[in-house]
This record gives sequence, structure tokens and C-alpha cells, in this order.
Amino acid sequence: MSKGILYDATLCIDCKMCERACAEKHGLAYDDAIAAEQKQSAHKLTVVLEQGDKYMRRLCMNCQDPTCASVCPVGAFRKTAEGPVTYDASRCIGCRYCMLACPFSVPKYEWDKALPLVRKCDMCAERVAKGQPTACAEICPTGATKFGDRDALIAEAQERIAKNPGQYVPHIYGLAEAGGTSVLLLSSVPFERFGYPTNVGTQPLPLLTYQVLSELPQVITFGAALLGGIWWITNRREAVAAAEGKYGDRGEKKWPGSN
Amino acid sequence: MARFKLTFWKVVLAVVLLAGAWATVLRFTRGLGASTHLSDAFPWGLWIGFDVLCGVMLAAGGFTLTATVHIFNLKKFKPIVRPTVLTAFLGYVLVVVALLYDLGRGYRIWHPLVMWNPRSVMFEVAWCVTLYTTVLALEFAPVVFERLRLEKLLRIQRAISIPLVIAGVMLSTLHQSSLGSLYLIVPSKLHPFWYTPLLPLLFFTSAICVGLAMTIFESSMSARHFGKQLEMPLLASLGRALLVGLIVYSVLRFQDLADRGAFRLVTRGGWETGLFLVEIVLGLILPIALLIFPRVRESSGGLYISSVLVVLGFVTNRMNVAITGMEASNGVQYFPKWTELAVTASIIGAGFAVFALAVKYLPIFEAEEGLPSRGEGKAPELAGLSHARL
Repeated sequence: MSKGILYDATLCIDCKMCERACAEKHGLAYDDAIAAEQKQSAHKLTVVLEQGDKYMRRLCMNCQDPTCASVCPVGAFRKTAEGPVTYDASRCIGCRYCMLACPFSVPKYEWDKALPLVRKCDMCAERVAKGQPTACAEICPTGATKFGDRDALIAEAQERIAKNPGQYVPHIYGLAEAGGTSVLLLSSVPFERFGYPTNVGTQPLPLLTYQVLSELPQVITFGAALLGGIWWITNRREAVAAAEGKYGDRGEKKWPGSN
Repeated sequence: MARFKLTFWKVVLAVVLLAGAWATVLRFTRGLGASTHLSDAFPWGLWIGFDVLCGVMLAAGGFTLTATVHIFNLKKFKPIVRPTVLTAFLGYVLVVVALLYDLGRGYRIWHPLVMWNPRSVMFEVAWCVTLYTTVLALEFAPVVFERLRLEKLLRIQRAISIPLVIAGVMLSTLHQSSLGSLYLIVPSKLHPFWYTPLLPLLFFTSAICVGLAMTIFESSMSARHFGKQLEMPLLASLGRALLVGLIVYSVLRFQDLADRGAFRLVTRGGWETGLFLVEIVLGLILPIALLIFPRVRESSGGLYISSVLVVLGFVTNRMNVAITGMEASNGVQYFPKWTELAVTASIIGAGFAVFALAVKYLPIFEAEEGLPSRGEGKAPELAGLSHARL
């Protein structure tokens, strides 16, 4: 069964325990200076954003049909059956198409390294594969970040909104965005206030390019046959003209270089 | 060899290459962060927008002209096949060089050939560019074979020349359009002046226009520097083809803008509108307004100006798609760092230098025959050789 994360911003107290647990899990440094950084980066895979008394986490949405997995020329990204979208660093050529294409602009780059890699939250894929929750969900003291079956989390999110309609924006972010994501968000303020795009639509983005790519085999076979045919006809015409030219003066003007 | 003469352009080239060398050191020792203005919010800049997107577009003359001469059998254009194929081959090699700068791990550039992801447009582009560069090398090979008098290899090349041309045209069709398809996946990020489902078709059509414009441009340049020029009637018919291409492109482009209601965004002003208008006026309106007059089409000056306008207009178009149109959604203003500009300028400079050397030492202009088709139209000296064998 596909797993997911439900983050309920109304329960978050900005303790940043998730940031620390994530850094530890991924072998990244974490100190007060990094804790104060208010954006995702190659060394900070998740961040608790703060605006007054409102908080919001950013992390990889782990899409159901991930754009990164579709665009990567070497297939470095993979959607696992359990839900996480993983990244195989040994394949990566560093083209950054994933960064350009991701509708949530999640993948980040090691800009300061001579041989950089892409970094992103992978929803603790190894832990999830072993049946454990993600590091961020496990450590969360208030239950703001909750790990579980995606379907069950959706039901729970709907219930929370229904019970306290005044407390939430009536929208589960990630339920349908870009075809749905493993990470689901609840908030009392509009999501765009924390930089979540609201114009990504509900269609999985990989369809946009697949519609074109799936036509290519036909384009190749039809095109090659057409060009071959045109070549045959135009050359035949020339051969005929040349043969006629031998017996009369109907031959076309000679091309430079032909004898 | 004649004594080395120091000219203005040689000094410029030397300065540019020196700056490029220093930029190269910085790029490969300090990484992309220190040597570019790229960032997490703006991952693709000048090297992708200009060196790759424009580079491939400017090399489109190769497939346009080989198709014209060898598939459509318009043999009168044969004298310019060789310089055009050489330009295309150099263009693609330089695109690959630029990629080695831009890729974080350039030494893995071959990965897409063995680690497949057929769902990726970039994967398809990687394969097409690899194969097409090989095709161009084989199409250009007879020039080298002739110089070295390798008749056996020449005959083998001749036997496969038509399938090669067809493969080249197909591969070009695929990746010229696919460079547009790359941006189909960013509907929420690319400005509506440029995001359209027609991107692949627009990229392909404009590549043909630019291919023709570059052929006219190169012919004028060769006239100036090497004393070789196409006869006026040939240039005029290229101009006619360019006019038709531009009109077809304009119909597609304007129809699409109107359908999506993007025209009214012009009233919003800003960078996007300015550069959008530059692209439309330089690349479409002015050259069409010029070329529509036979007097312009039949003068070398008129054709030269029109072709330069088309090239500038579509370079602006590619830069708009890759840079201008991607800024607002990411909330950044990108302008390349000097290192990025120096590398790009060096790559262009190296291209010109290699072209000049090739013209000097290889039979690019003197032999009429570009890609031999079926033994007709042989260069006199070679025709003699093969007759002697038979």
C-alpha cells in the first residue's frame, strides 16, 4: 500500500525537530545558522517556514507520477511502490532538467562543489521500505507531521477539515496537485503564501511530453518512407531527363561539375 | 606557408580565448556556483539558452540543404553543401563542448546512451544529437578522404550517402522539435508568450527558417572572405524559400498567440513584452516586409540584411524561451556572469577559427561535389581516377 505524509500546519509549533532529524538521517550538517535559513537547499532538504505565528513545511512532495522521474535523461529518479521518489546519484550527469521541470521546484543543486549532485528529500525511502515512518514524522512532538497509508491520511485530513471548517483552508494540498502527491498538506492560510504554486493543475505533467514522445515512432517511419520516396521520384526524373537529352535537346541545363 | 599576419580580428580572438581559458579554469576548479549566475531558482542560463538551443538552431542549415540537394534533387545548390555541412558539424561539436561546461558531471555525458529513460525528452535529444553528429561527420568525411586520396573509403561513403542524408533529416526533425518539447513540461513556469503546446512545431519550423537564413548569411560571408559566392539566382531562390518559411511560421505563431489570448499581455509591459516584440519584429515582421519585394530578394545586400534579421530574431526567441520567459515565475533576474559570457564567446571564436582553417586546408569550396549521389557530378580529378579503375 502506498504510504504518505500528512503535515497539518495548524498543529506545528516551529520546533524544527523535523529539520534536525532530516539532516541527521541524510548525513548533513545542522546548526543554529542552518536552522535559521528559510529556504530549501542542497544542505537543507526540509524547512519549516515561518510567517508570524503561521508555519509551513517545505519538503519533496514525492509525486504519484513524478515529473523529475519523467524528465531525467538517465532515469536517476524512481517512484517506489511504497511512495517515496528516490534519486540514484551514481547515474546523475548534473543537467538540472529535474530542477527546471519540477512543478514545486524541489530538487536543489550542490552549486559550490566541483562535482555537484542534486539533493532532495526522498521520504526516507530505506526506512519506509522497512515499514518504518520517515525521520521527520517519527520525531514530530505534536503530530503535525504524520506518517501512514496515503488513503487513510486523506480520509483523516477530510475529517479534520469537516470537524473544524473555520480552522482550515478547505483544501488538501497534494490530493490532486500535479496528479497527486504522497505528501499532503493542511493549512489555515492559503498555501501560496508559503510559495506553494497554485497553478500546477491536476494533470500529471509527464503526460505533456509523453503525448509528443509517443508519436515519434510514427514520425520516424512515415518520414523516412516519405523522404525515400521523394528521392526516388526526383532522381528518376533526372535519369529520364538525362536519357532523353542523349537523343534530343530536351535535357535540362547541366549542373556545375556534371560531365 | 605565408607569414603570420596580425589582424584586428586575430587580436580579438586571442583576447576572447584568453578570457575563456581563465573562465574555464574557474569553472572546473570552483564549480558552477562560483563561475555562473545560476542558482536553485534559475538552473539553466546562457550555456543552455544560447550555446545549446541557439547552437543547434544555427546548425540547421546542414539538414535543410542536404535535403534540398539530395532528396529534392535541386542540384544547383550543390556548391554550398560542403561549407554548410562543415558549419553544421562544427556547430554540433561546439554544442557538445558547451554541454561539458554546463553539465555538473560532464565526464558522465555518455550515461544517457547506456542508462535509458525513453520517457524523457532530454534522453531523446541526447541520442539524436549523438547520432546526428556522427551522421554529419560521415557526410563531411568525403572532403577529408578526397584530400588524402582515399578512393576506397570515398566509394563506401558514396554508397551509403542517401540513407545517411535521410537519417540526418529525420534525426534533425526529431531533436530540433524536441528542444521545444523540453519546455512542454513547464506550463506553470514559462511565460504565456512562449508556453504553447505548439513549441515542438514552432522550434522545428523556425529551425528551417534559420537554416535557410544561415545559408544565405554564410554565402555572403564566404563571398567577402574567401571570394566564393553563389550565383544571384540561387541566393534569390533561397530568399524565396525563406520568405515562405517565415510566413508559415508567422501563421502558426500568431494563430497560437491569438487562440491562447496571449496578445493582450502586451499591454502589461515589462521585460517580457519588450523582448517578445524584439523577437517578433526582428525575426518576422521586418524580414517578411523586406523579402516580399522581389527587388530585395534579388539583391545580395537585401538578402544579407534579411538573413541577419531572421537569425537575430530567432536567437532572441530561443533566449526568451530559455531565459526571459522563465524569470518571473522563479522570481529572479538572471544575467550571465562574465565567465559564462567568456566561455560562450570563446566557443564561437573557436568555431570561426576552425572553419577558417578547414577552408584553408580542405577542399571545401573548390570542389563542386558535396555529397556525391550515384556517381554523377564528380569532381573532375576524381572522375578521372574512378574511370581509370573501371
